[in-house]
Amino acid sequence: MTKHPKTHALVHQEKARTTQSQRNVLLFSGMASLLILVGFVQSWNVAFSILNMCLISAIMALGVNIQWGYAGLFNVGIMGFAALGGLAGVVVSMPPVDAAWEAGGLGVVTGLVAGIITLVVGMVVWRFGERWGRWRYAATGCILTIGYVFARTLIEPSIEAIEAVDPARTGYLGGFGLPIIVSWIVGGVFAAAAAWVVGKISLGLRADYLAIATLGISEIIIYVLKFEDWLSRGVKNVTGLPRPVPYEVDLQANSWFVALADDLNLSLVDASSLVVKVSYAALFTLVLLTILWLSETALRSPWGRMMRAIRDNETAANAMGKNVTKQHLVVFVLGSAVIGIAGAMLVTLDGQFTPTSYQPLRFTFLIWVMVIAGGSGNNWGAVLGGFLIWFFWVEAEPIGLWLMDVLTSGLPPSHWLRIHLIESAAHTRLMTMGTILLLVLRFSPRGLIPEARRSAF
Amino acid sequence: MESAMNALILIGNYIVVPGLAYGSQLALGALGVTMIYAVLRFSNFGHGEIMSFGTMLVILTTFAMQSAGLAIGPLPTALLALPVGIFGAIGLCLLLDRYVYKFYRQQRASPVIYLIVSIGTMFIVGGLVRFIIGPRDRNFGDGERFILKAGEFKANTGFSEGLAIKTAQGITVLTTFFVVGLVFWFLNYTRTGKSMRAFADNEDLALLSGVNPDRVVKITWIITAVLATIAGTLYGLDKSYKPLVYLHLLLPIFAAAIVGGVGNPLGAIAGGYVIAFSELAITFAYKKVFAYVFGDGILGDGLLQLLSTDYKFAVSFMILVIVLLVKPTGIFSGKTL
Amino acid sequence: MSALVGTAMTGGYGGADILRGCTISANSGEITVIVGPNGAGKSTAMKAMFGMLNLRTGTVLLDGKDINGLPPQNRVQCGMSFVPQTQNVFTSMTVEENLEMGGFIRGDDLTDTIEEIFNLFPVLREKRAQPAGELSGGQRQQVAVGRALMTQPKVLMLDEPTAGVSPIVMDELFDRIIDVARTGVAILMVEQNAKQALQIADRGYVLVQGENRYTDRGAALLSNPDVRRAFLGG
Repeated sequence: MTKHPKTHALVHQEKARTTQSQRNVLLFSGMASLLILVGFVQSWNVAFSILNMCLISAIMALGVNIQWGYAGLFNVGIMGFAALGGLAGVVVSMPPVDAAWEAGGLGVVTGLVAGIITLVVGMVVWRFGERWGRWRYAATGCILTIGYVFARTLIEPSIEAIEAVDPARTGYLGGFGLPIIVSWIVGGVFAAAAAWVVGKISLGLRADYLAIATLGISEIIIYVLKFEDWLSRGVKNVTGLPRPVPYEVDLQANSWFVALADDLNLSLVDASSLVVKVSYAALFTLVLLTILWLSETALRSPWGRMMRAIRDNETAANAMGKNVTKQHLVVFVLGSAVIGIAGAMLVTLDGQFTPTSYQPLRFTFLIWVMVIAGGSGNNWGAVLGGFLIWFFWVEAEPIGLWLMDVLTSGLPPSHWLRIHLIESAAHTRLMTMGTILLLVLRFSPRGLIPEARRSAF
Repeated sequence: MESAMNALILIGNYIVVPGLAYGSQLALGALGVTMIYAVLRFSNFGHGEIMSFGTMLVILTTFAMQSAGLAIGPLPTALLALPVGIFGAIGLCLLLDRYVYKFYRQQRASPVIYLIVSIGTMFIVGGLVRFIIGPRDRNFGDGERFILKAGEFKANTGFSEGLAIKTAQGITVLTTFFVVGLVFWFLNYTRTGKSMRAFADNEDLALLSGVNPDRVVKITWIITAVLATIAGTLYGLDKSYKPLVYLHLLLPIFAAAIVGGVGNPLGAIAGGYVIAFSELAITFAYKKVFAYVFGDGILGDGLLQLLSTDYKFAVSFMILVIVLLVKPTGIFSGKTL
Repeated sequence: MSALVGTAMTGGYGGADILRGCTISANSGEITVIVGPNGAGKSTAMKAMFGMLNLRTGTVLLDGKDINGLPPQNRVQCGMSFVPQTQNVFTSMTVEENLEMGGFIRGDDLTDTIEEIFNLFPVLREKRAQPAGELSGGQRQQVAVGRALMTQPKVLMLDEPTAGVSPIVMDELFDRIIDVARTGVAILMVEQNAKQALQIADRGYVLVQGENRYTDRGAALLSNPDVRRAFLGG
């Protein structure tokens, strides 16, 4: 009997897929053993705090993978979208500050409404003024400026009033006092809204424009969060966000928990913080798996097939009547929503919102390294990349310090070079990440878990 | 009449003079970005760090010269150290091109891959800079601080507002004038410059005409490195040097390049000044100016400022957005190099 | 003697062969035209002779010298010149700069050659300081031809020079090409406008599926009833 060549090829493909999935299992178990190693060598508390951040990084990486891997969109504003998610955490979960609302709530709301009306009127005038020539620019510009000044005048006194309300503790409007878990969805919505605006402006133009526009929007989001105290207290930070999991002190007060800690042979403090971290890990894992399942389903659906077709040959897809820009907008909004969700989860884990910690380029870049090293276009790759890169990001500092220490051990401890090198060890992290990115792109551009080459039919 | 003059002097002192200087620095930066875009066809996110790297070398050399007692009278020693920074930055750019970008050129990689690669180099160079000089603020200006002091101006003219011009601002404008002139002369009147323009305009036809692509790319990097180092040093002399600030300069520089039309050198220069003047004009508090014009007291207690100075980086973004919405090809569209 | 001869050329862009043993030659001072239906391999044949694709078999001789394997740039140095069908000028550069770029490879003084080209295409002298992108289609083609002549080639190859220009401009362009041929250059061109092209051709090739179908003087092909019926629309 002769084998049909196509069957033969299929068998071959099947075999390749099996070895790849074996490799994947190996990679993920390797990652798990790294975390377990940390558990034994450093402590389980450290291991779980790394794991929690790994989970959040993995979700962010999934969001970026939706944009980059599915559609080839380059988003440089990841931290901006994550910060919006963080803002959602504050707005949703913190109790409202009634005195602040009384002082200037109405003013702020009317001011914002006036601002929105200005924008809408400006856009309408712009749209209808196509034949006005230079007047079109002048009219739109005048409307926007006057409306802006008017809204500012409305809002300014209210902001001052709000910020004057007990500035040491509040000085902002507060939130809605809802369970913080709700903010995970709201964070996604916030980020999606911002992404829609950015996408509407810059998609359909050259790829670089999206990159530059997202860089810009993320810088602005973070500036707003830093300087608009009435919104989220600015650099004064919002601390003490409510938790979705029990507090350590409450656990320690429980008699059954004391007994449990005793059984586990752990100190009460260690045991309680471990339980808190494990609960977070469970929640985060649930979210990660849900998003992973959703994105995998989407990828396999006809929609996912179309997205890949568009990514691989935009011109052909355009010619087939697919509205590339519209589909790109959808993908961009979805991916940013996932990043927003992860951002909200991040503040939930931290229990505080600190705008200065969102360094626009630095962490954005880290997420990028995760996606590319993990395997662009492959969700499992993004997850693995999220775990692996975060793990090394955290562990690189102690390793780097140790390395510098060893390298300079021949020099006396007070030697200027030794001091300089040890002080500068922290900066090697970024260099390392840059190097990893370049090496992966150059020598293994498809990443650790490459995108499966699905046949087109 | 006198109060009107005072209002003008205020605007001159806080918008025109600093705007000319800042605009020149942005223009030089944007010119580098635009050259890379025109010839290598990607937006180089590493440009800010190249500026930072060159400036760092200038600073280190300046410090060495200062301790050796070298100085050039009233001018900052950094000018003497500039060649060292320029050669260092050229070396860096050529190394990056040889070991990073060349590979992707041969692959004919898509612009977005270049973009990612350039971000990779940005972090490597940025890390290197922080490793060598540290993340702190550095002041390296010396020599005479002012060409025109506000107090002297007041004493000599009798106006109640003063006009100050820093040496660094004067040097910036003069240097920019000279460097930009040189670049334009090179592009328009030399054989090599013309071949670069030809390559940027139509790569295939340029190859057919016998233009050597490797040479064009190399010269582009060299010019970019020169421009970046000069821009970075001038900015550092005018304000101060801090690695993080140079990272943030990327956005206004890109905005300047896009406003003028990416790939167009004239546009990059114009864009630099557009961004700089808008940034200053929008974040300037006009209270005193209006007080001179309309008299005191009728204006309430607002600062009459369109946007707080906290948001000065937002200005470049706003302008960028307006350009993308209204005319994505930029003011000087349709022309490269 | 023929300035340029491609003998028994076979090859394509990987995959199936587009050229299947076709032979084309161009003589100095003459206009040679390649015509044929779409997909016949007209442009491919010309590109093969210019070194833009690798032939599997066959030879290309320039002035009796084997130039097989030389890349296009080197062929330019040997005295060949090529005008692509599209994007054949530097749009952002002035007419004069376009001509200078055409002679870039020479590296000596170009003033005399530019003067000769201005004499051939007087309109370019008027527009010398204008960017080529601002010119009309016909003028642009003149810039493109002028640019290619800057190397003072022995052979000038034109890929559909009249594509997309009006009939009046086409006639004008053909007149210019005749002028160029009179200076002793061998002209080889591929044309969609077969009838008009054959009218000015000293020699014509009809290619079908990468093979020579008819080869004759231009006028003879025009009067050949078989050619008329099959390729010139009656």
